[in-house]
Amino acid sequence: MKVSFFPGCSLEGTAREYGESIEAVGEILGIELEELPDWNCCGASCAHCTNEFLSIALPARNLHLAEKFKQDLVTPCAACFSRLKAAEKALTSESRIDVAIPFKGEINILHLLEYLSRKDFLERMEKLIKRPLENLKVVSYYGCLIVRPPKTTDAEHWEDPKSLDILISKLGGESIFWPYKTECCGGSLVLTNVDIIHRLTGRLLAMAREVEADCIVTACPLCQSNLDTRQEEIGAKKGIKYDLPIFYFTELMGLAFGHKRVSKWFRRHIVDPRPLLKSRNLL
Amino acid sequence: MENISITLNRDTRFRDIVVETVGKDLFACYQCYKCSAGCPVSFAMDLLPHQVVRSILFLQKEKVLSSRTIWICASCETCTTRCPNEIDIAKVMDVLRQIQIESGKIAKEPKVPIFHKVFLDTIKKSGRVHELSMLRNFSLRSGDLKEKIKTGEWKNDLRLGLKMFLRGKLKILPPKCKGKEEVRRIFEQAEEHKKV
Repeated sequence: MKVSFFPGCSLEGTAREYGESIEAVGEILGIELEELPDWNCCGASCAHCTNEFLSIALPARNLHLAEKFKQDLVTPCAACFSRLKAAEKALTSESRIDVAIPFKGEINILHLLEYLSRKDFLERMEKLIKRPLENLKVVSYYGCLIVRPPKTTDAEHWEDPKSLDILISKLGGESIFWPYKTECCGGSLVLTNVDIIHRLTGRLLAMAREVEADCIVTACPLCQSNLDTRQEEIGAKKGIKYDLPIFYFTELMGLAFGHKRVSKWFRRHIVDPRPLLKSRNLL
Repeated sequence: MENISITLNRDTRFRDIVVETVGKDLFACYQCYKCSAGCPVSFAMDLLPHQVVRSILFLQKEKVLSSRTIWICASCETCTTRCPNEIDIAKVMDVLRQIQIESGKIAKEPKVPIFHKVFLDTIKKSGRVHELSMLRNFSLRSGDLKEKIKTGEWKNDLRLGLKMFLRGKLKILPPKCKGKEEVRRIFEQAEEHKKV
């Protein structure tokens, strides 16, 4: 099974363990993730806040490159997914802006979570599990841009998505319901208005604790980073000590599949998840 | 009885640009507050989203463009998703930011547009974002570093930065993208597509 893969800029940097775990999980599932040659940044939030032409043309160049390969385009980043989908919609409808980049719209653009949630993969996963995530209580955090707005993302469930919860259950973990599945973490305001991040991300951490989750699972590099890196600051403000591991869903897949190098990914986290996993006999 | 003549001579260009970009008649808004009720950052806003829509309709250009709201909006798309009249409010915020940036005036939350600029500058230069140079340029150009030296917050940032570095999360060398010339051309073309 081959797909074109759009990694996005953070996979080589802050989300390195996401990239490493994706590679490992892809191999185990027999998926060839062919990196889109010569891809460029999608423009993230900054392009659509600054210039409409730029916000379509930057992702459009990638769509044009991907269409040549005539296979699904998969991306693990929520922001990249959102921008690629927005460009898809603009290029395949009557748009006021002509970016002069051809794209017919004959390939599917999918977030990695959506792609791996296909029925055949879920069935294949069941047979690959060597270490079920028993006794691990997980809350699934989808964030904003994987699901919203549904006119762009084509998501079926945007207020109460379930794909991550289903995946965690398949891996043997205990998926706990919580009301903040799609609440915003504050996104890129982390650099300019960190107080807002403390409040929004702090609410997520507090609710995860309230429902007695052991950890949070994410599918977005920026969500993971905001949740993982700010716990000390948020805790200091509130006088509470937070040490809630924040996983990428592919890391938990790798763990359940018994991948040998999981510790290498976990070592990269700011909140070290290894003590928790050891206490649950998962490491 | 005396005849009174009233001449309405108001410049509607601002409203028209927003309506044209958003592709939906903003007059459809019946002020139900759903956008503001679901907005996760409304607590930090000086104009709530439904007030922004109303103010545009009332041609209150300066009030909207000089607001804190347009920069505090996190683009989470909750308002757009839930609007019963299908007004793309997140896109309204985008257009307002674009017009404000083009005006050249200092924004109410000046760090946000500076962040956008340094982020886009790294893409323009190398086709992709290099997180480390973006962070460095942002701290220097926005005055963020100076501020943090005053407050002592720089110590927290340095500690976090070091942790990330030691965990291999900060890529030192900038990325290589062969298409960077094409990307640069996209930026040049974008210059010709301003809002106003």
